[in-house]
Amino acid sequence: MPSLRDLKRRTESVKNTQQITSAMKMVSAAKLRRSQDAILSARPFAKKMLQVLNSLATRADMDAHPLLTVREPKNIDVIVISADKGLCGSFNANIMKKAERFLGGLEAESLDLQIVGKKSRDYFRRRAYNIRSEFVDIFRDLNYENAAAIARPLIASYHEPDSEAGQENTVDAVYLIYNEFKNVIQQDVVVEQLLPIQKLDLDNDTERQDYIYEPSAEEIYNAVIPRHVEYQVWHALLESAAAEHAARMTAMDNASKNAAELIEDLTLTMNKVRQATITREILEIVSGAEAIQ
Amino acid sequence: MDTQLELEIVTPTGVVVRENVDEVEAPGVMGHFGVLPGHRPFMSQLRAGQLRYRTGNDNHYVAVHWGFAEVLPDKVTILVETAEIAGDIDLERAESAKKRAEERMQQFGAAYDADKVKAEYDRAQARIDAVEQARKQS
Repeated sequence: MPSLRDLKRRTESVKNTQQITSAMKMVSAAKLRRSQDAILSARPFAKKMLQVLNSLATRADMDAHPLLTVREPKNIDVIVISADKGLCGSFNANIMKKAERFLGGLEAESLDLQIVGKKSRDYFRRRAYNIRSEFVDIFRDLNYENAAAIARPLIASYHEPDSEAGQENTVDAVYLIYNEFKNVIQQDVVVEQLLPIQKLDLDNDTERQDYIYEPSAEEIYNAVIPRHVEYQVWHALLESAAAEHAARMTAMDNASKNAAELIEDLTLTMNKVRQATITREILEIVSGAEAIQ
Repeated sequence: MDTQLELEIVTPTGVVVRENVDEVEAPGVMGHFGVLPGHRPFMSQLRAGQLRYRTGNDNHYVAVHWGFAEVLPDKVTILVETAEIAGDIDLERAESAKKRAEERMQQFGAAYDADKVKAEYDRAQARIDAVEQARKQS
C-alpha cells in the first residue's frame, strides 16, 4: 500500500502537468485560429492568380513553359514539411512514416531532400539521405519569404536541365509532402507533385477580357508561372502550420483528460488509504483498551 | 460609365486594400501608368515601387513589390508579393535596409546574388518613397 504522503505528492505532480497541458491546449487553440485565418486570407491571391492564368491561356503558349515540360525523372527532389516542436500527437511520426515509404518507392538516380522543420531534420539526418537544404524554425514567424526561399532554388534548377555547371543541381521532378489540415481532429499526410507543374486547373468557359498586355502576354505568363509554384509551397506551409496546431490541441486535450482521470483515481486511492489508516488506528486503540481490562 | 474604380490589392498574406477610389497610379515595368474609371482592359507587370490611389482629394501611398495589375473599366486588381501602406512603414528600418543593400552592392559588385540585393534595394527605396510622398501630402 502506498503511503498517504506519496500519493499526495503524485497527485500534486499530475495536477501540475495538467495545468501545463491545458495551458498548451489553449495556446494551440489561439494559434490554430490564427493559422486558419492565414489560410483564408491567402485564398483571394490564389483565386486571382488562376483567373489571370486563365485569361492568359489563349494568349500564350501554355505548354511551352519550361516548368511544364516533363522529363524523365532522374533527379528527384522531395520537400518534407514537419513541425519544429513535438508534443503534437502523431503529427511528426505520420510525416516521417509516409515520407520514408514514398522515398522507398521512388526509382531515381539521385534523391535530394529539402527539409522543413526541426523534427524531420533530426530524423533524416540520422539516416542515409542526401539533404540538400534545411529550413528550421520558420514556423514561429511564417511569412511568404520563407516559401519563396524554398521554392526559388528549385525553380531555378528545374529551369536549366542541360547547363553544365549546374549538372548536379538539376532536378527533374519535385514532390511535396506535408500535413493537410482537414479539420481540428483530422490531419492528412499528402504527397503532391510540385514540378513539373501538373495541368493547371483552368476553366475554359469563363468570358475572357481582351486585355492590352504590358510588356506582353508571354512575359506576364512567364512571370506568373513560377509564382504559382511558390504559392503552392506557401499554401503547404500554411496547411502544415494549421495542422500542427490542431494536432497539438487535440493531443493536449487528451493529455488533460488523462490527467484528470489519473487525479480522480489517485484521489480515490488516497481516500481509501486514509480510511484504512483511521480504521487501523481505532482498531489499535480498541484492542489496546481490551488488553488492559 | 462608372465614376469610381474598385481597387483591390491582394498579397499571399491577405487583402491589403479594398476600396472605391477615383484614380490609381501604379509602377508598371514599362513606366508608371495612371488609371481612371473607364480604362480599357489592361494587364501589366509591376516592379518594386510606390502605388498611389486617390479618393476625392486624398492621396494614399502603398509600397508594392513584384506583381502585376489587372485593370478593368470599373475595377483594378493589384496582385503583389508584398504591399505596405505608407502609414505602416517603419522608415528607419527601410533606410537601414537600403544602406545594407547598398553596402552589399559595393562589396560584391555584380557578382553573386546581385539580383537579390538589387531587389532588396528597390524594395527599400519603394518603401522610403511611399513614406516621403505620404508625408509631403499631409
